[in-house]
Amino acid sequence: METKVNEIVKDVKYTAKDFASDVDVKWCPGCGDYSILAQVQRTSPEFGEKKENITWISGIGCSSRFPYYMNTYGFHGIHGRAAAIATGVKLANHKLQVWVATGDGDMLSIGGNHFIHMCRKNMNIKILMFNNRIYALTKGQYSPTSEKGKITKSSPYGTVDFPFNAIKLATGSGATFVARSLDRDPKHLQEMITRASKHKGAAFIEVYQNCPIFNDGAYSLLTEKETKPENVILLEHGKPLVFGANKDKGIMLDGLNPVIINLNDGKHSINDCWIHDEFDDNPTRVFLLARFTDLQGYPTPIGVFRQFNKPTYDEDYVHQIEQQKSQKGEGTYEKLMFTANTWEVN
Amino acid sequence: MNKQKEVQPLSEVTVRFAGDSGDGMQLTGSQFMETTAAVGNDLSTLPDFPAEIRAPAGTLAGVSGYQLHFSSTDIQTPGDSPDVLVVMNPAALKVNMRDLKPHATIIANSSAFDAKNLKLANYDTNPLEDGSLAAYNVVPVDLTQLTMAALKDMSLSPREKEKCKNFFALGLLYWIYNRPLEHSLHWLEGKFGKKPDILEANKRALIAGHNYGDTTEIFTTRYDVKPAKLEKGIYRNVSGNEAIALGFITASLKSGLNLFLGSYPITPASEILHELSKYKNYGVVTFQAEDEISGVASAIGASFAGSLAITTTSGPGLSLKTEALGLAVMTELPLVVVDVQRGGPSTGLPTKTEQADLNQALYGRHGESPLVVLCAQSPADCFFMAIEAARIAVKYMTPVILLSDGYLAFGSEPLKIPKLEELKDIPVHFRKEVEGFHPYLRDENLTRPWAIPGTPGLEHRIGGLEKKDIYGNISYDPDNHQLMVNRRKEKIDNIKNDIPELIVEGDQQGELLVLGWGSTYGAIKEASRHIQAQGYNASQAHIRYISPFPKNLDNVLNRFKKILLPELNTGQMANVIRSTFLRDVIQFNKVQGQPFKVAEIENKIIEILGGHNGN
Repeated sequence: METKVNEIVKDVKYTAKDFASDVDVKWCPGCGDYSILAQVQRTSPEFGEKKENITWISGIGCSSRFPYYMNTYGFHGIHGRAAAIATGVKLANHKLQVWVATGDGDMLSIGGNHFIHMCRKNMNIKILMFNNRIYALTKGQYSPTSEKGKITKSSPYGTVDFPFNAIKLATGSGATFVARSLDRDPKHLQEMITRASKHKGAAFIEVYQNCPIFNDGAYSLLTEKETKPENVILLEHGKPLVFGANKDKGIMLDGLNPVIINLNDGKHSINDCWIHDEFDDNPTRVFLLARFTDLQGYPTPIGVFRQFNKPTYDEDYVHQIEQQKSQKGEGTYEKLMFTANTWEVN
Repeated sequence: MNKQKEVQPLSEVTVRFAGDSGDGMQLTGSQFMETTAAVGNDLSTLPDFPAEIRAPAGTLAGVSGYQLHFSSTDIQTPGDSPDVLVVMNPAALKVNMRDLKPHATIIANSSAFDAKNLKLANYDTNPLEDGSLAAYNVVPVDLTQLTMAALKDMSLSPREKEKCKNFFALGLLYWIYNRPLEHSLHWLEGKFGKKPDILEANKRALIAGHNYGDTTEIFTTRYDVKPAKLEKGIYRNVSGNEAIALGFITASLKSGLNLFLGSYPITPASEILHELSKYKNYGVVTFQAEDEISGVASAIGASFAGSLAITTTSGPGLSLKTEALGLAVMTELPLVVVDVQRGGPSTGLPTKTEQADLNQALYGRHGESPLVVLCAQSPADCFFMAIEAARIAVKYMTPVILLSDGYLAFGSEPLKIPKLEELKDIPVHFRKEVEGFHPYLRDENLTRPWAIPGTPGLEHRIGGLEKKDIYGNISYDPDNHQLMVNRRKEKIDNIKNDIPELIVEGDQQGELLVLGWGSTYGAIKEASRHIQAQGYNASQAHIRYISPFPKNLDNVLNRFKKILLPELNTGQMANVIRSTFLRDVIQFNKVQGQPFKVAEIENKIIEILGGHNGN
């Protein structure tokens, strides 16, 4: 009873409005989630899918209310299980485009196991992870991405645990599309979402998202006009890693050490800079890039860290089913029940 | 051939094979079972094996057994105690002694009763020689040496030759019980076709064992168990786990829905995953998930997307799935959860049987979350209850828990294969019409529509938050919550009108009703027959639908003065009956990881009836 879906949208021209549901959005005023929702609705017409074939799945948390606001099929799950629910949806009907909306707590803490295994299996599912580095819906506890020493309601003297680096985790787990963007950079975020929508395989986008109530300003260095150029580096395939207000700084690879160089010091030029290669199938350089956020003085990379193709779980699974059907023929009740050792009683 | 030996007719026999985990006892037993099925006896089997895959050879911990009860009449259990015990070493003897009745035959592999093995089994002296087995008919046979001798000209290693001794034993048992060798010879060809040496060795061992029975002076009598007079039809032997898998595929064919299994390996449920994984040409998707929670969560996702979705587990796994079951109740999606119960709590007795997850199945969730609970009463019944679980789940858009247990899962019996058209239909109505669609608008069964992703115009959102009646949007309204809680309960209660009434076997009213549920059926049935033969009067009723109960259960209970309720827990169903019907029952409980013996139930009934048979 597989529903025929996925005929490429030719005659239907959607606008962002078509993807807005009639439910009132109930995030706090000023929440970064509004921007993420707007960018998804704006880019959804570009996904090349009829809206009935798009399914948004979520877990629990502020971010996980997301499906209610999208006029597509949606499933608001339970804490941490979005990736597992999405896997079932995808395997039941691999022609659906399946998205997961989740947060840092939902996906990296309680849902960590499902996340890494979904990446490992290269499920053809897209994950949009809102990282506000805090548990917001439960009113302000530290999350697995909170920086060490953070003072929160559950860590009045500062946390003593080290945070997860989501890009490293996704890369190490085998995701085939790994990107980062900012809620306050709509154009860039739109580009990342659109690109993820076209990717075949496990796609992961980490969106740095501001929580104005419990972690306000967590990313202000990266998002404010004055500080952004010095603190953010844009990853673009085939282009040198350059940043700074005057584009006067670059990253040079000295062996496996990324070094910040001054492009105007007379000793270095743009030719010394590390050229970003999204399609590099060796993840070593992705880890080096991901590590920038753990190092003092390095800019935070945004953009596509990595994108490559390998067979997806759902594709291989469907193939195996087709193969078995052609080898053994479609299953029937007669074959099922009467081909084993049977005997007749007269 | 020597002179013709005497052939004695028997109506039923129970044989148990026991040895080290590595001795191939499960294989020997299942070969005997398949041949016995082919001969046309009614049969019932029960393997009994340790949780460890290969505990050190010769130790008590490593003993693995397989019991088979076969008969020329209809039988329901694998037999209380073996008439013949085949033991490959002293540990196997020690572990199985407690189940033997006097005069039983013990066929012992005598060469394995050496000083080392005796010590491993904590025997000070050799029981085959010290007279301690005087009450039994002990037949020492040097299976190892006889097998080696039969294969002496072959170029296999001594270890490889020795490993064939289980087929020697099998051949000997075939001789004793007058069974043909063909089935096992044929099976060996299929199994070892690519290893001609091993094939030849096992064949020779089998035939040598058979000939040994014929020529040796030890055995003077052969036994003949005539085919059973079973209902007309085509039969196959099934274990409970296999039957559940076949049942779900049948439900998939019957409904036209693709079958999706999300599951994480756990004893004793894993065979359902193994079995279903073979049937890809039926479109079956088996997702071996990263954990139990993903098993159920993926099934919920698959159900949302329009599959017949199931997840299979045992007690500890059901605990992990509990939160997701609340979600399935809230989203009102069809889902079948199979719990193959084992001894608990915690890891407990993972390879042994128990009925102690009843409370968990009925009550083990947060909030008011009613769902359907069914149970299977025999290995073959697992087939029918799997189909029934799927039918109810789909028709009423509800999660259904199907309880099996280790005894049913590993035990086997013949299944009379029904015609596909004899099984109830499983109609599926995916909502297509846009006009008037609301996700929680209920039909006459209080069932909401199943509108799956991919259907144009029906885009909607569901989830774990409370739903507004009819419309399905989030609602925190107090009256709406009350209404929805009531609706969900009414929906499940209403299913009592769609399930069979409870059948009372025997007198329809009277002194004593033996009430059971699940896998105790066979033992209660045989016990009831025995006591009726002795002139006692007790009726039997067996529950397969636990939530909701059959609507006549209350009435049935009221027709009997006393109700005896045997169950493999400390009284979980007894308490449900008491609290639901304000009716007391006489508990009869056992939690030893073993099923009831027929005699235990029989004696209990006689005790209650005061030892009077009314004559």
